[in-house]
Amino acid sequence: MTPDILIPLLAATVQSGTPILFATLGAIFCEKSGVLNLGVEGIMAVGALAAFSVSFATGSIWLGFLAGGLAGVLTGGIHGLVCLGFLGNQVVSGLALTILGVGVANYLGTPLIGLTAPGFVPVDVPLLSKLPFVGPVFFQHDPLVYISYLVPIGMWFFFRNTRAGLRLRSAGENPDAALAAGINSSNYRWIGVLCGGFFMGLGGAYLSLAYTHMWANHLTAGRGWIAVALVIFAFWNPLRAVAGAYLFGGVMAFQFRLQASGTHIPSSFLLMLPYVLTVSVLVFSSWKGGSSATPQALGVNIEPAD
Amino acid sequence: MFDLTIRKRQETLGWTTVLIYSGAVVLSLLFSAAMLLFQGNSPVEGLSLLLEGAFGSTYAIEDCLIKAIPIYLCSLGVAIAFRLQIWNIGAEGQFALGAIGATWVAISFPGLPSWVMIPSMMVSAFIFGGLWGVIPAILKLKMKANEIIVTLMLNYIAILILDYLVYGPWKSPDSFGFPMTQEFSAGAIIGKIGESNLNWGILICLLSGLVIYVFFRYTLMGYELKASGENVRAARYARFPYERLVIISMLLSGAFAGWAGFVEASATLNRLQPTIMVGYGYTAIVVAWLARLNPLYIGISSFLLAGLRVGAENLQLELQVPAAFGEIMEGMILLTILAGTFFVNYRFSRRPRP
Repeated sequence: MTPDILIPLLAATVQSGTPILFATLGAIFCEKSGVLNLGVEGIMAVGALAAFSVSFATGSIWLGFLAGGLAGVLTGGIHGLVCLGFLGNQVVSGLALTILGVGVANYLGTPLIGLTAPGFVPVDVPLLSKLPFVGPVFFQHDPLVYISYLVPIGMWFFFRNTRAGLRLRSAGENPDAALAAGINSSNYRWIGVLCGGFFMGLGGAYLSLAYTHMWANHLTAGRGWIAVALVIFAFWNPLRAVAGAYLFGGVMAFQFRLQASGTHIPSSFLLMLPYVLTVSVLVFSSWKGGSSATPQALGVNIEPAD
Repeated sequence: MFDLTIRKRQETLGWTTVLIYSGAVVLSLLFSAAMLLFQGNSPVEGLSLLLEGAFGSTYAIEDCLIKAIPIYLCSLGVAIAFRLQIWNIGAEGQFALGAIGATWVAISFPGLPSWVMIPSMMVSAFIFGGLWGVIPAILKLKMKANEIIVTLMLNYIAILILDYLVYGPWKSPDSFGFPMTQEFSAGAIIGKIGESNLNWGILICLLSGLVIYVFFRYTLMGYELKASGENVRAARYARFPYERLVIISMLLSGAFAGWAGFVEASATLNRLQPTIMVGYGYTAIVVAWLARLNPLYIGISSFLLAGLRVGAENLQLELQVPAAFGEIMEGMILLTILAGTFFVNYRFSRRPRP
């Protein structure tokens, strides 16, 4: 492959990988605290809608981006209320949240279909964007991509080197032991759910504000579920999530280009690629022992003492 | 001073349970009403149109029953896997594969008489749907791959396979370019019952429900399946064949969803086309959970959620309310009932502050 094909393809990889990266980081943050959230798809959908409509109404893209994150916090809060407040089954609550979130986004988004809102445009990073190869691939994007470079590092540092990060992890590993050490695990799980929801919402916001600039129903198209699978691929490590997200970004960018080139492969098969890849990646990483990195209390509610 | 604490209830609640769940439904109705208001519609008018559209006429009730058939079969299947704590979210894809399997028989051997054709289509749908369900079971057992994600991804893949077939090799030459197969021959179509619009698919539901009831209540394997679902470790200790149970439950789970696809293709559409995929497989999960996996209750909740769909269609027709309204109600009902269960299982008690 010549550089003039490869470089745009890799740049597109980073761009299509970014929404999945935000969502995966959100899911990791949530699961580290012990709460399994299968509502990622629904939270992303609501985040995408909120971001789009706020940007459309106010003209401010940054306000829109923030609205996407806050909508994620609110929608994730429903999961927190049902699972942490009312001790509901985490699997069922997450599924219900996906049905509700996608429903709400499609319902409220119907009058917006086909409209365009102000969105993010590429801004070159001074100096770095001039580097050969690395520059055009990583540093000629919209500002949100640059934010997505910093979040995984920050999250990694948070889990590893801060007291709050350690406590949040303990809520996901062994809430009873944490309680004995005087840590209110339930509070840390709330932090996990709400902050996780924030990043999932940002993932949705990226889709409607930077990826498309236009509203369409079913914008998320399964990306939330891919994120749930990538958490396992990443062994719950925010830095490994970057590799996973770009793997999917690469496949999506490749599929898009192949389709545009007028290949004879039926489009159904091309569209299947990310989903087939998700299964393969999941099978591979589970087989390699991904389950040993699972937070031990993931999906298990903290029952009240009798 | 007193402090509230949460305690597990020792006694079982009687009518209070009904009260709690009614409260949950009222809460989701309020949310739905707010959604209608947001769109500039009167919530009272909207909700009464929903109710009237679903249960207000013989025709409407027939429509509910027709839609309840595939939901019931999918849900019955999903419930088998859920019993074993296997989270099969893949009814949608297994439904698609069942429809593909049945269609393959119908268009390959159009000359068969109906008494050979219908059973062959059922066998084919059973195998196609069942095997699509076994894939995640094997990946779970051999590679420890999470079945929730695998079944879900297989849904997307199944729908794209269906698309490929009806846009490509199976496209009818006289469909004016629309993606659909040729119409099935008369022998491949499940007939209607007497003068009604209802089809004999409902008989498949009744028999399947009965078989599943007997299976769980009176057979050893049914018992092993239930017991293993309640406590996997104990079941392994008792030397229950856990791996075989997982495979069989997913085979049956997929097969019932496959039959739902067969009934839809044969009785409702009389052909295969992309519009066959309307999310019955996802509704089935809601239905199974609300019905606590009981075959009889699944029947009731299938009918009610089918009613929600029919009612939402009426709303769309009369007030141009987006079709997603039904999904919103489905999601809200499930969430509020889930939260309501807390009040059934736990009570608040006051204890003096130390």
